Amino acid sequence: MELKDIIKEENIVYKKSKLILDNVMHYCPGCSHGVIHKLIAEVIDEMDIQEKTIGVSPVGCSVFAYNYIDIDWQEAAHGRAPAVGTAIKRLLPEKFVFTYQGDGDLASIGAAEILHACNRGEDIVCIFVNNAIYGMTGGQMAPTTLVGMKTATTPYGRDVELNGYPMKMTELVAQLPGTCYVTRQSVETAAAVRKTKKAIRKAFENQKEKRGTSFIEVVSTCNSGWKVDPVKANKWMQDHMFKFYQLGDLKDATKPEGSEYEQYIKE
Amino acid sequence: MMGELRLMKGNEVIAEAAIRAGVDGYFGYPITPQSEVMETLMLRKPWEETGMVVLQAESEVASINMVYGGAACGKMVMTSSSSPGFSLMQEGMSYLAGAELPCVVVNVVRGGPGLGTIQPSQADYFQAVKGGGHGDYHAIVLAPNSVQEMNDFVTLAFDLAFKYRTPAVILSDGAIGQMMEKVVLNDFVPRRTEEQIRKQCGDWCTIGSKNHRVVTSLELDSSVMEKRNIELLKKYAEIQKEVLFEEYMVDDADYLFVAFGLASRICKKAIEMARAKGHKVGLIRPITLYPFPTKVIHDRGIKTKGILCVEMNAGQMIEDVKLAVECKVPVEWAGRYGGIIPSPDEILEAFETKIIGG
Repeated sequence: MELKDIIKEENIVYKKSKLILDNVMHYCPGCSHGVIHKLIAEVIDEMDIQEKTIGVSPVGCSVFAYNYIDIDWQEAAHGRAPAVGTAIKRLLPEKFVFTYQGDGDLASIGAAEILHACNRGEDIVCIFVNNAIYGMTGGQMAPTTLVGMKTATTPYGRDVELNGYPMKMTELVAQLPGTCYVTRQSVETAAAVRKTKKAIRKAFENQKEKRGTSFIEVVSTCNSGWKVDPVKANKWMQDHMFKFYQLGDLKDATKPEGSEYEQYIKE
Repeated sequence: MMGELRLMKGNEVIAEAAIRAGVDGYFGYPITPQSEVMETLMLRKPWEETGMVVLQAESEVASINMVYGGAACGKMVMTSSSSPGFSLMQEGMSYLAGAELPCVVVNVVRGGPGLGTIQPSQADYFQAVKGGGHGDYHAIVLAPNSVQEMNDFVTLAFDLAFKYRTPAVILSDGAIGQMMEKVVLNDFVPRRTEEQIRKQCGDWCTIGSKNHRVVTSLELDSSVMEKRNIELLKKYAEIQKEVLFEEYMVDDADYLFVAFGLASRICKKAIEMARAKGHKVGLIRPITLYPFPTKVIHDRGIKTKGILCVEMNAGQMIEDVKLAVECKVPVEWAGRYGGIIPSPDEILEAFETKIIGG
């Protein structure tokens, strides 16, 4: 059997979303951003809301998110995406609005904007890509950098006395009454990718129902910043990041009994 | 037909004018002496009347970025603040200018620097006129000197902002914001529909489309970025034709006062006193501080024996006046700062010692 016999319409099990533009992605090999972009594009396409969706793109490695997904985009200043998204949604309540931010963007300079947008319960989707490091500026410490983790500005490892503790943004926003769905996911395996896509879909459905803010953290790797190859980066993330940033739903207002985490807290 | 006549505070009238102009959104944060703008809006509940969105943001940084988000949707959006808050907005102002977005920002100036005072001042002239944020840009700057102009300039500022897709600033001060005067209000203009917005801003606004519109100020390629700067500079050259100014008793003037906003009103009294003593003084009041009325100040100014620049700051506009007359005639400064309003007597005295005696 030749290749041309295999590549046939009836044999295709997976296609690139038509909302993913043909631009060459600037991300490093092994980076999670491309996968997360793909999932967002698939959800928007499947919900048939391309012409109703406005994305707010971040500052940092994913600053060019707008080059890859075929929707209307606004590029926000560092950390300000939730404020920008707030105004878009308030002024265009029938449209779908999502923000896309990294850890420096959301947890450091934009900490106030994300907390207040979530607390107001803005009907937007916030996607938070946490790779525990500043990728674009060359691998400096992020608010989410783990204790002991070496970065350009913590060359001896993050020291709590010197640098404070890593910040769990997802646990913080889960406490805010404005959020309806708060979850932490990852995309390093096919199973994880499917779960994250389900979470993104749920978040957009929540927006459709005007339920409040949906917040999705995606724990990710930065093999360039971490200075390891992609396979090792995934392994390190599974062994260390997931211990501190535990995966799963933290809050789900669509479930009357609450998320597993909420039930656990109650118990 | 004459519009509705009312006695109102300058800050209140900003809110009323915004509702009547069909503004889509106001995003602000309270700061003295301009908090009545948002207070009036909240009391009026325009969301019930026109659908206008009013939101108290968590900070000035958030409010100007909300303005960015709304402006990029082609909506008429505005904010207001006072000096320390206006400083915090400069990040957003630079992004708005860079992404070429229209909006209106009202700065009811108070004395500074730092936390300063809550009393009126004109010390934000440099910040408003020279850019304020990072990068090569300008905002259109309008300087009202009455409650009536606080009303009128809301519409004017939006017209100019949309015409040139650039932020427009109403540079007022704590006295004009707080003073009550009679004002003729505008008739109500309905908010634009989505269809009208698509017609007016369809080639750039991001309100959902298949056209992959992107609002951004980012460009990593320096050669492309330079071209964007050149385009912006062309726009600023074009904006020069929008210059507005007021002349008062200039035809026979041997001397000129140049003053904007509240200071211009004090100058009129000082001119009356000077003329009673036989000194032929006139006034040029820049109404647009950017674009600056350079030509008229030059043409009038170089025929005089001297110019007194009257400002409620330590001398900021004086630099533009000196440039306008190319230092061909003496240009001196008079005024007060730190939140003090100069009296006509002080201005007259400064005129006699610095210009006539100088």
